[in-house]
Amino acid sequence: MGNILIVAEQKAGALRSASLNAISFARKLRETRGAGDLIGLVIGQNVSGAASELAGYGLTKVISVDHASLGGYMAETYAPVVAQVAKAQGADLVCGTSTSMGKDLLPRVAALLGAGMASEVSGVLGPKSFRRPMLAGNVVAKVEVTTAMAVVSVRQTEWAPAAASGSSCAVETADAGAVSTLGAQVVKLEAVTSARPDLTDAKVVVSGGRGMKAAENFKHLEAIADLLGGAVGATRAACDAGLVPNDLQVGQTGKVVAPNLYVAVAISGAIQHLAGMKGSKVIVAINKDPEAPIFQVADYGLVAKWEDVLPELTEKLKAVKASQ
Amino acid sequence: MKILVTAKRVPDPEQKVKIKGDAVDLAGANFVVNPFDEYAVETALRLTEKGSGGERSGEVVVLSIGPKDASQQVRSCLAMGADRGILVAGDDTALDSEQVARIVTAVVQKEKPTLVLMGKQTVDGDANQVPQLVAGYLGLPQACFACDVELASDQASVTVGREVDGGTEFKKLPLPAVVSVDLRIVMPNAVRNAQGGATYGDGPRYASLKGIMAAKKKTIEELDAAALGVSLTPAVKTVGVEAPPERKAGIKVESVDQLIEKLRTEAKVL
Ligand SMILES: Cc1cc2nc3c(=O)[nH]c(=O)nc-3n(C[C@H](O)[C@H](O)[C@H](O)COP(=O)(O)OP(=O)(O)OC[C@H]3O[C@@H](n4cnc5c(N)ncnc54)[C@H](O)[C@@H]3O)c2cc1C
Repeated sequence: MGNILIVAEQKAGALRSASLNAISFARKLRETRGAGDLIGLVIGQNVSGAASELAGYGLTKVISVDHASLGGYMAETYAPVVAQVAKAQGADLVCGTSTSMGKDLLPRVAALLGAGMASEVSGVLGPKSFRRPMLAGNVVAKVEVTTAMAVVSVRQTEWAPAAASGSSCAVETADAGAVSTLGAQVVKLEAVTSARPDLTDAKVVVSGGRGMKAAENFKHLEAIADLLGGAVGATRAACDAGLVPNDLQVGQTGKVVAPNLYVAVAISGAIQHLAGMKGSKVIVAINKDPEAPIFQVADYGLVAKWEDVLPELTEKLKAVKASQ
Repeated sequence: MKILVTAKRVPDPEQKVKIKGDAVDLAGANFVVNPFDEYAVETALRLTEKGSGGERSGEVVVLSIGPKDASQQVRSCLAMGADRGILVAGDDTALDSEQVARIVTAVVQKEKPTLVLMGKQTVDGDANQVPQLVAGYLGLPQACFACDVELASDQASVTVGREVDGGTEFKKLPLPAVVSVDLRIVMPNAVRNAQGGATYGDGPRYASLKGIMAAKKKTIEELDAAALGVSLTPAVKTVGVEAPPERKAGIKVESVDQLIEKLRTEAKVL
């Protein structure tokens, strides 16, 4: 058995917390295999901070590849670096998290390594056998990678973030090699900024569907999210109708979330939406239609028009919070 | 401008999924074009249209891998307006991403398109890998999860807005390149070329009767992997399937007070 390479992500020199979920997967895989080193990899410019942070998570060692031309992420420049480090470190498995970067980068790494790839992995069945959801989460496939090298992206919500080990491993630097952009260039980033927590990290998510009818009605959901320190989410129908920006979309093709509490308001519960929130610990649904499929997955369902109950819910939550 | 678009058939996502033994039960399944691939076809058409008269400059070639029946889905892309089809014979329920990507790569090498457009994922496999693999095999630049595409007037590059965590990243790629599309690509103004003028509704177009008639005359070339020089050994084998863990049925509450009470004392999330 070879070693396990964990591709970590950093943002402005700090380790991205999503990377910790991939470490949990790697630890579990190491346990199953009973052999092999856990090697972390950080790529970018001025990433020594992120690398030493990563060194605190019980890995065998951390490799940092620091280069001026790797300042901004691009699949074209990062994939060859990952592939080269994987080979140099004797890894036979490369993993990362299914963030937008992981989804973009890891298959390209697989292509360069001639490796089979399992994406959105939710469980480990053997040294190269995994569980992964398909068909909008209606089926769990058991897959086996048959190539010498394997690449895995892990579904963030299925793996708890790894805890710090309390000690630190060595950090080595590796050469970037010849970096080529293949002529591609990132021209700008239109960032969406919000004071609320990230959808994928939030402990509470309050989502609205098409039944919210107008953008200004989302203020009721925002008020509840803010009271509970949560994030606001939405269905595709609500995004398409222009009620909220698209990056709030939860679902098969939006974000996959698994908070402690998911509140679904005026959401019918189409499978594509359920695929993104079924893993939530507690689900509350408020819908005027008692037959809405969302009630089949909700722990607590309230059949009502949101207009009738949201103001009351907000006031009573305020009282609960004030009494704590 | 020649655009190669991939289009896989998938079981209708509206139909309930059944599991039989170690596999998904597809008996009696109704197949449709993978929605994201349909959006990719729409994108290709918009990129090659001159104004709103439907006049086209450039060729859109639709590639599918599957059994003979899959020609129906290729035909429906041709009815939308694509120019010709290629159907590579294969068992679409057994092929893995790497085999599909190898076949697509071989077809790209044969057809030499200016741009390769794909849906970002199929809604059956949900793997989200093939565009990246193809770009990797060919050493081409890639832009995945496109929600906005603008073709430069010299047709030598595209600028792609792509959905990333925290916003939209705009990436300029010299052509040829590989682009995978996300849902928002079918919004009215998401795709622009320098020929301008066309106005679009929301979503992919429906095939007109005229389009359906025209599609009957368009060619679908039939190929197989061996003829393309691709040998098919799976890199990832599906060894079984299982149903996801069931959520136990919840309860209906009668009032906001009862809901808050339950959330506090039973679920303990407040
Ligand atoms: C390829 C593909 C990918 C997709 N990916 C996603 C995805 O990632 N995420 C996603 O969400 N969807 C996705 N969809 C869309 C999905 O199929 C559904 O169309 C969508 O989730 C429905 O959203 P909705 O529940 O807001 O709207 P609707 O289905 O229209 O439901 C609205 C609900 O609001 C209720 N309602 C109306 N008024 C009130 C009121 N006053 N008070 C209380 N309740 C009220 C109604 O009873 C109804 O149940 C995808 C579809 C496709 C084809």
